Amino acid sequence: MRAAVSWIRAVVPGLPADVTTAQLADRLTALGLKLEAIERPGHDITGPLVVGRVLSFEDEPQKNGKTIRWCSVDVGAANGTGEPQGIVCGAHNFAVGDLVPVILPGGVLPGNFEIAARKTYGHVSAGMICSARELGLGDDHAGIIVLPPDAGAPGDDVFDVLPLRDEVIEFEINPDRAYALSLRGVGREAALAYGVPFTDPADRPAPSSPSAAYPVEVEDPVGCPVFTGRSVTGFDPSAPTPDWMARRIQLSGMRPISLAVDVTNYVMLELGQPIHGFDRDKLAGPIVVRRAREGERLRTLDGVDRNLSVEDLLITDDSGPIGLAGVMGGETTELCETTTNIFIEAAHWDPVAIFRTERRHKLPSEASKRFERGTDPTIPLIAADRVAELLTTYGGGTVEDGVTSVGAAPARTAILIDAELPARVTGMDIPAATTVDNLRAVGCSVVEDGSSLSVTPPPWRGDITDPFDLVEEVARIVGYANVPSVLPPAAHGRGLTRSQRLRRRIGRTLAGEGYVEIVSFPFIGTKDLDALGLEDSDPRRTVLRLANALSSEEPSMTTTLLPGLLKAASRNAGRGASDLALFETATVTLPRATGPAPIFGVDQRPSDAQLDELDKALPAQPLHLGLVVAGERERPGWWGEGRAATWADAVEAVRRVAESVGVEVTVRAAARAPWHPGRCAEVMVGDAVLGHAGELHPRVCTAYGVPGRTAAAELDLSRLLEHAAAMVEAPGFSNFPLAKEDVALVVDASVSVADVEAALREGAGEYLESIRLFDVYTGPQVGEGKKSLAFALRFRAPDRTLTEEEAGAARDVAVRLAAERLGAVQR
Amino acid sequence: MSGPNTSFDPVEVTPLRADQVEEMREQAFAAIAGATDLAELKQVRLDHAGDRSPLALANREIGALPPQARKEAGQRVGQARGAVQEALVARQAELEAQHEERMLVEEAVDVTLPTTRRRAGSRHPLTTLSEDIADVFIALGWEVAEGPVVEAEWLNFDALNLGPDHPARTMQDTLWTEPADHHVVLRTHTSPVQARTMLTRKPPIHVVCPGRVYRTDPYDATHSPMFHQVEGLVVDEGITMAHLKGTLDHFAAAMFGDGITTRFRPSYFPFTEPSAEVDLICWICRGVNSEECRTCRGEGWVEWGGCGVVNPRVLIACGVDAERFTGFAFGMGIDRTLMMRYAVADLRDLFEGDVRFSSAFGTEL
Ligand SMILES: [Zn+2]
Repeated sequence: MRAAVSWIRAVVPGLPADVTTAQLADRLTALGLKLEAIERPGHDITGPLVVGRVLSFEDEPQKNGKTIRWCSVDVGAANGTGEPQGIVCGAHNFAVGDLVPVILPGGVLPGNFEIAARKTYGHVSAGMICSARELGLGDDHAGIIVLPPDAGAPGDDVFDVLPLRDEVIEFEINPDRAYALSLRGVGREAALAYGVPFTDPADRPAPSSPSAAYPVEVEDPVGCPVFTGRSVTGFDPSAPTPDWMARRIQLSGMRPISLAVDVTNYVMLELGQPIHGFDRDKLAGPIVVRRAREGERLRTLDGVDRNLSVEDLLITDDSGPIGLAGVMGGETTELCETTTNIFIEAAHWDPVAIFRTERRHKLPSEASKRFERGTDPTIPLIAADRVAELLTTYGGGTVEDGVTSVGAAPARTAILIDAELPARVTGMDIPAATTVDNLRAVGCSVVEDGSSLSVTPPPWRGDITDPFDLVEEVARIVGYANVPSVLPPAAHGRGLTRSQRLRRRIGRTLAGEGYVEIVSFPFIGTKDLDALGLEDSDPRRTVLRLANALSSEEPSMTTTLLPGLLKAASRNAGRGASDLALFETATVTLPRATGPAPIFGVDQRPSDAQLDELDKALPAQPLHLGLVVAGERERPGWWGEGRAATWADAVEAVRRVAESVGVEVTVRAAARAPWHPGRCAEVMVGDAVLGHAGELHPRVCTAYGVPGRTAAAELDLSRLLEHAAAMVEAPGFSNFPLAKEDVALVVDASVSVADVEAALREGAGEYLESIRLFDVYTGPQVGEGKKSLAFALRFRAPDRTLTEEEAGAARDVAVRLAAERLGAVQR
Repeated sequence: MSGPNTSFDPVEVTPLRADQVEEMREQAFAAIAGATDLAELKQVRLDHAGDRSPLALANREIGALPPQARKEAGQRVGQARGAVQEALVARQAELEAQHEERMLVEEAVDVTLPTTRRRAGSRHPLTTLSEDIADVFIALGWEVAEGPVVEAEWLNFDALNLGPDHPARTMQDTLWTEPADHHVVLRTHTSPVQARTMLTRKPPIHVVCPGRVYRTDPYDATHSPMFHQVEGLVVDEGITMAHLKGTLDHFAAAMFGDGITTRFRPSYFPFTEPSAEVDLICWICRGVNSEECRTCRGEGWVEWGGCGVVNPRVLIACGVDAERFTGFAFGMGIDRTLMMRYAVADLRDLFEGDVRFSSAFGTEL
């Protein structure tokens, strides 16, 4: 909402003269009309800009086809000499003796246009006669401005004559303050801000008549509780809009068009009631207000043919739909340059209906903006009457006696509140008397019954329905600045949950391991999943699609964190950083076959069963950890060679993460996209598979543009955390000496280390303290298709020193078991 | 003093001859002093203090002397051997010290050589800032509440007093999931976590909810379809706007430093009534000479978030006794807070995954 300060002052004459625009805007912001910007039109013009009288001129045709006027203009003493000023002018809409605005050399027009005496069309033109557009007063540049004969004497300053300078406050109006989308509303708040009297511009007697201005039938009183109208005949469609009105419309951010249209817009800006004018001669039969019928169409003022929905509220006549109620009029009955008979319609529409129609047709308008937020249902007829008055004042013709008035504003119900409620809710010291005063100041009628107040909100405040709405009204006038700052009584929380703490620890662990955390968008498309090489049947292809995705390339919620990580890796590589270790923790979205999520009422809590049903309708959203590691894991340097990242780094990172939350994971070989089929480990806790780690498939690296042999892992953190031991038991440990036994076993190359280790561990018995693989050898000494695995076994008894024989025997049992189970042969 | 050691030629020493004992002692001293390294000293020890050294042999002969001569001779030889032993120990220590000193000099390295074989990792500042924020409230005794990002329409809107035709639904353009009649959205704010908390806990409630939210915003330097919010909720008997102000002042000082307080401006949110927008005193200029300040652009204040008293309609929908309890709630952009606190110029830096961005913030803020 843009409001010219001059107009605000006209509505609230009591505003102190010394209040600056910035101060006014501050006060209004504190009341809830938020300052968006202050504009100062005309303040970029500097004089001399003076009244000039055209003494004489000669029309001089030019070679380019134009005819210029070489004028002699009296500018009084403004030019320092008192001699007439010679000025070349391109316009012809003035006569000898007219007063015109003249900017003299040295002046500056908007756009930093500096005026100087210059040679043009064979004359020295010492200044310029100005058009409305040149002065920033509008779009009109067909002719120059001709000032009224009483505008002043030659040489007088023009700034105040026009008036050229104003200030405009642009407010951001919240949805609950629809009334402030008018000067009536802004003025009321301004008067409130300075405690000065306010005269409501809508406070006019409503006309009445036994006859209708035009026959109207409202078939849908729910959608249209009030429909009013007046008629004007004999209007002169060529009558110009008065400058002051055009200026106010222009400063309010709208475009002056024609007197008839401008008046309806002006009254909307003034009172907040949108008004529609029909060319009465184009109406066929009585007006009927109803919902649209299946298949009906309407061509709106903007020239667009629209398919109507049966929910759309319409204004119709015998020809069919002639207006989309409250949103936009139809083309066939539009006011035009020949309109002389006008039916002025002002109605009150159901905000919800308007909101839906506006959204359905994507047709926000000045009218719908006001109707959907709620207008004052008591003023349509007053507004229509005001329009009729202005039309006939400036465009001639007469207001017909008839008055159309169908329906009535619904009565407001009183709200009961305790006078202490505002104090109790805000923590401010607000005496009951202040509450009553403030409620009356915003227009409520208040009946006091002890400390209980019966409050009826004013008709323009459809937003006020609850006691707490009244609290806000009282509080904003007392001033939010007076809310004391007090910490609430102490809470007794138990800190982070274990899961929350462990999640923090996982991030720190990975950062400690050299991984950099990223945050990426969860949106993916088929292309991303194709690039991972997922089979058609892969469950990760079952994605939740967005109905209104921002990008058709990425219309779905991701089921895996790898695409985001790989894209980030590729971006980094493209920027010169190809030695990378990245991780991300985020939820993924795994759809499940469910029905719709229920919509409950809001006047009571849904039952636990209902809430359970709601949760079940949502997709599963487990927290995942993803990581990628590429390029050099360790740099080369004076210490020797670097080390390239491999599948093992990904597996190790997963192990570190699991270790950090106290979970023991095992791995086994797996084949799963997007990993290299021979270099992918399935990460398990017990029998449960929680994720995968390893080197990526070479084709995936190519598809995502990441370095070859990039390794990656993805893990279901939600499930990992479920396995995190809640309590660790303190270990008892023996200080008796350690017995060391090393064994080297030859097995088939296909046998996994994990299986060999498991066999040794099982066979080594209760005194085995640790087992560690310290060497793997393949080569001629062990034969084709074989490998040698060297393990260090460490034994210790809790209560005595183990003998060499005991340790040796345990080792032998272990080796025998590995031999039986896996065909291992001791070297 | 000491000269180079020549090979030692032992002579027999008679313990009764003081001059011979003295001579041997002097020879030993000379040899000890002449030893230039630990190996030489070892040889000197064998020659002059070993079992077959002249003084040791002389000592052995003492037993065969007549008793009256034994005492004097024993004393003489004993003293000489003692003195030699002492000299050996002293020289040993001296040579060891010299050896160590030389070794330490020889082992010197260039400590300015690079030492980093592996780059440091880091956490994303959105993560660490979210944790910092949570910790401010944890310290007040609050708890951290969480909820799903893909959320039921009822919880994202209806339960929060945003009915199906509420104009405010257009204020936060929503990403809907398919099929559209399943009433599932990407949550547009963290407020559904408020609702979930009230639906599952009994007052007193003190929770803070940091999390991800989505809107159909364009992706540019100041907008993103995904961003992060922190929501706070307190429901208890006697809770007022003053408690809200106190909490936000405390939060502001924790985030931006002592003396940074908040200002409320009347605003509108369906889920709170009264509602306010929260501004912070500009922590750069602190409202002094703001005209020059690029952070607040001359305002002296910076917009931070929204807040208000929980609308009783929300309490009722969530099963809280609205006659007995009142509450307050607030919501701030974590991304915005991060951008303000660390002068991040382009929001997209947060989501591009460029390692240079996260790395600058380390593991903790
Ligand atoms: Zn500042």
